[in-house]
Amino acid sequence: MHMNIKLFYFARLKETLKYSTEELALPTEISTILQLKAFLAKRGDVWGEMLMSKLKVRAAINHELVDDKATISDGDEVAFFPPVTGG
Amino acid sequence: MIRVQTEDFDVGLEIQQLRLAQPNIGAVVSFVGQVRDMNEGDAITELTLEHYPGMTEKALEAIATQAKTRWDIADILIIHRIGQLKPQDQIVLVIASSAHRGEAFKACEFVMDYLKSEAPFWKKEVMTSGESRWVEAKHTDEDAKHRWQHHKN
Repeated sequence: MHMNIKLFYFARLKETLKYSTEELALPTEISTILQLKAFLAKRGDVWGEMLMSKLKVRAAINHELVDDKATISDGDEVAFFPPVTGG
Repeated sequence: MIRVQTEDFDVGLEIQQLRLAQPNIGAVVSFVGQVRDMNEGDAITELTLEHYPGMTEKALEAIATQAKTRWDIADILIIHRIGQLKPQDQIVLVIASSAHRGEAFKACEFVMDYLKSEAPFWKKEVMTSGESRWVEAKHTDEDAKHRWQHHKN
């Protein structure tokens, strides 16, 4: 069973990856944020640098901040972005 | 109340509205953040604020609710601007109203500290050279938030 998710990227990630949003069918073996990052990192240099390097990336599932161990469910909205700098 | 908007805001008007909303209020504390003309030693000519529509409002609402649970607060208003701003433009407003000043002061500071490290906003600044760069998150902002987790009040 594939899981379908909606992905969003913001700020430096959006700019560098040249993606703001995409819909994705996830292979069954992917269920956590960390696994999703590793999966996306395989797309190429920039993806690996942005998602798996020492650069800090934060994640949200359905608008809630989560850590790398968080589990993704079918239909979720997942977002990746740099540490926030508002205020 | 939460507002995320491109337009400027009128601090005096917002304070008056919160103040007059409930007769049991004895204290109204406000914080205004403005765009600085310098960052990391470079003169800044412009600032663009990006955010995550949907999550931003929820995150700010959650922060205001936490503050209201923790202290005896009548109301909290958060206004955060997005889009293009210039040095000395107002960028954020937090107002907390309460029966007594102590609670309002704490709630206002708490909201700003949490907003700085949890609300999904990102700043990109343009320098006098014309070059632009993303503003880096500061450790001190994260420390300011953690401070509240060790104190009871």
